[in-house]
Amino acid sequence: MTVLTVNGVERKIDVDPSTPLLWVIREVFELTGTKFGCGIAQCGACTVRLNGRAIRSCVTPIGSLDGQEVQTIEGLAPGDGERHALQTAWIQHQVPQCGYCQSGQLMSAAALLERNPSPSDDDIDAAMDGNLCRCGMYGRIKAAIKTAAAASQRTPTEVGDE
Amino acid sequence: MNRWTRRGFLTAGVVVGGGLVVGVALRPGNRARDLSRYVAGDAETLVHTWVKLGADNVVTVIVPHAEMGQGAGTALTQMLAEELDADWELVRFEEAPAIPEFANHPMGKGMLLAGVDIPDIVLPTVDGVLLRSAQALNLQITGGSLSVRTTGEYGMRIAGAAVKEMLRDAAARSWGVPAAEIVARDSQLIHEASGRIEPYAAFAETAADMTPPASPKLKTRDEFKIIGRHVERHDIPSKVDGTALFALDLRLPDMLYATTRRAPVFGGGIARLDDSKTRAMEGVVDVVALPAAKVGGIVGRFESAESVAVVAEGYWPAKQGLDALEVEWLETGNESVSSEAIFAQFQRDIDAAVDRETDEREGDVETAMAEAAQVLTADYRVPYLAHTCMEPMNATAKVEDGRCELWVGSQSPLQFRQAVADALGFPPEKVTVHNCFMGGGFGRKSRADCAIQAAQLAARIGRPVQLIWSREEDVRQDFYRPAIQSRFRAALDAEGNLTAWENTYVDKHEPAEAPLIPYAVPARDIGHVSSPTHVPFGAWRSVDHSQHGYFTESFVDEVARAAGRDPYEYRAALLRDKPRHLAVLRKAAEAAAWSTPLSEGRGRGISLQESFGSIVAQVVETTIVEGRPRVDRVVAAVDAGLAVSPDGLRAQIESGIVFGLTAALHGEITIENGAVKQSNFSDYPALRMSAAPEIEVHVIDSGHAIGGAGEPGTPGIAPALANAIHDDTGRRVRQLPLDLFDLQYQPEDTRLRS
Repeated sequence: MTVLTVNGVERKIDVDPSTPLLWVIREVFELTGTKFGCGIAQCGACTVRLNGRAIRSCVTPIGSLDGQEVQTIEGLAPGDGERHALQTAWIQHQVPQCGYCQSGQLMSAAALLERNPSPSDDDIDAAMDGNLCRCGMYGRIKAAIKTAAAASQRTPTEVGDE
Repeated sequence: MNRWTRRGFLTAGVVVGGGLVVGVALRPGNRARDLSRYVAGDAETLVHTWVKLGADNVVTVIVPHAEMGQGAGTALTQMLAEELDADWELVRFEEAPAIPEFANHPMGKGMLLAGVDIPDIVLPTVDGVLLRSAQALNLQITGGSLSVRTTGEYGMRIAGAAVKEMLRDAAARSWGVPAAEIVARDSQLIHEASGRIEPYAAFAETAADMTPPASPKLKTRDEFKIIGRHVERHDIPSKVDGTALFALDLRLPDMLYATTRRAPVFGGGIARLDDSKTRAMEGVVDVVALPAAKVGGIVGRFESAESVAVVAEGYWPAKQGLDALEVEWLETGNESVSSEAIFAQFQRDIDAAVDRETDEREGDVETAMAEAAQVLTADYRVPYLAHTCMEPMNATAKVEDGRCELWVGSQSPLQFRQAVADALGFPPEKVTVHNCFMGGGFGRKSRADCAIQAAQLAARIGRPVQLIWSREEDVRQDFYRPAIQSRFRAALDAEGNLTAWENTYVDKHEPAEAPLIPYAVPARDIGHVSSPTHVPFGAWRSVDHSQHGYFTESFVDEVARAAGRDPYEYRAALLRDKPRHLAVLRKAAEAAAWSTPLSEGRGRGISLQESFGSIVAQVVETTIVEGRPRVDRVVAAVDAGLAVSPDGLRAQIESGIVFGLTAALHGEITIENGAVKQSNFSDYPALRMSAAPEIEVHVIDSGHAIGGAGEPGTPGIAPALANAIHDDTGRRVRQLPLDLFDLQYQPEDTRLRS
């Protein structure tokens, strides 16, 4: 039995402890915003935050997460009907095409901005290089991260929806 | 407006819940040349569109194309809203398959068919888009960069215009004024003389009794207000909060999960299966051997071999169970085939040139070669490529009481329906396809192989099954972008003018014009020989343009260099009869400041490629870092006739460039012992952010027919980069991917020089 917090809600789970977090999130908790892409931590589609840090849930055994805090894309917005500054910037820059990688991109970006509120281009590259986008929207992702960073700096109390 | 008569079969309006629903089904009586090319025989092609006008004055456009990221839904909606003079804020779109009442059942059929003589072959299903008999189909349904060009131009606009005329006539009748005095604006009808203003919805019911006009008047481009305007894509909000529904995200009561494997050597059946370990594993429900099946398709092979699947309580136990299976596969005779052997075969077949077929021949190539001051020869080649959509292949099926429901991301839902029906032995009307967002398509999701497996499993198990392929299976059981080898010979006169162009390659696929060049060369002989292999192939973003764009635009660069001329100026001179192409080339060159020298240690290259009705020029700037090309900047110019959604077009070109760049730098599927060597993003890498160039896209609205957007960005990046590498290093790369070469230390690769 593993007890962990997912998007602020305590969850108890009793499965094979080697089961990757990804499949528990998607199949047991039915939080399907987090995606399967490669299964070997090469593409970043499965990125969630573990105690704030971006991790690849496809290679993280559920058994290792007792007492830990997980945030998925479903928990990124500050509240119902609101958007995180990154989500707003993502829409402004019309980032997604197919959209499949975007939950992972957003979670990596959220972890980056939390520890580094005004990242340089190199900082962004370093934080985001584990997240593939086969639609190739890297330029837009980078621009959106900068927009979100600037917005958060400017109006720290109004980082929600515009 | 006379490319096509645009005579539509508009269905009589039907009132549904107080609103108006009008369908339009268009038959190309006088087919546009561009479309008829894709239409074999006399089979009818129908473009089918729906528009709903609700009591709340909201217009809902039902988009009959699947969304795989290209944004077609939004662009198509703009086209309909434009002709309807709708208030954009009151316009919604829905992807057709998500509308159960329009699904493949009598109501939808009855509505479309009401009083309209439509050929039997046309099945007016929700997923019916560009329909005709399956055998005559040689075009992807969502593919070929065709959504806006066909459905938009011939379906959406006519539907919008027709509905507007019906509403105006209804208002005229109600108000007792001439229809000509009524103006439609922002979803309202206005009669200025009497000061009357009412929303469209007020006339929906009256309009529903009218006969739709066969040839409604369409706007001219100078009247456009919504087409050409930046609008936000409708699907994006759901893609930033995790709510967008991909097929993989479906959750059904009682659903099981499965994963599957085929023989590593294509076509191998199961010789022996020992599932004893697997069956003993916790969570495993069943192990199922699945038969070979016909998967349908447009380009390439249409069959997939037997497979073995593990069905379990979750993907993880299914995967563990699959890994524990002991399977021996039947030999196919291809167990010793390698990439080297395949390319050696291509080389032999080009050398022999037996049964060479001509794509284009003009002038006297042999005489020009004999009289040339200089003859250039070169062989180029590119490998097989996988699609690696971000979303691995998957499908969910429920089979119950002789019916099958299928949730899948498909570029060709009708074909999927037929293929699944055939595999189950059901009539097609017993199969319902719910099309979901696709996490990438790129041509791969026009194949029903995975969908058939899911349906077979659900039928066998008696519970809904979500089948998910591992990434390894996705890489190793693709329908690959074909490997091609291409040989060139060019003749130059004493002034360096290009007098003859000869090109022979293996193999030919689609589209037919891919190897043709836009340049004014007096003698041309372009042809191909056949050299089949056992590797399954299919359409891959931009189809054969991805290979030939690299070949022809690299070789013309070689010719320019051999002539001692600037490659841009040389191309420009050869485009004297092609002002539209020249304008695009010039735009890219000027925007990239072509004439301003780069700093030392950097190279610049250019390319020009017409594909899918659009012309794209690209200028690439590169720096060689530790023997590898770093792409610093790409400046592209695109003439797609008219940019319906300018930001959407730019986004597609950016995307096409990065997709092509991944292939140019890294893409290689290698065949070893008859099977694919690569397995995942670890050994089949994709471009990452730190290597992504700055991309600048310049859009030219030339006023020509609307061209494609999804594919035309892809072909030109590889040659522009190879040309930039030559500019910087003096070395000509005639083989991709560039990862094969150390551009700093090793001598030029000469393996392919003749």
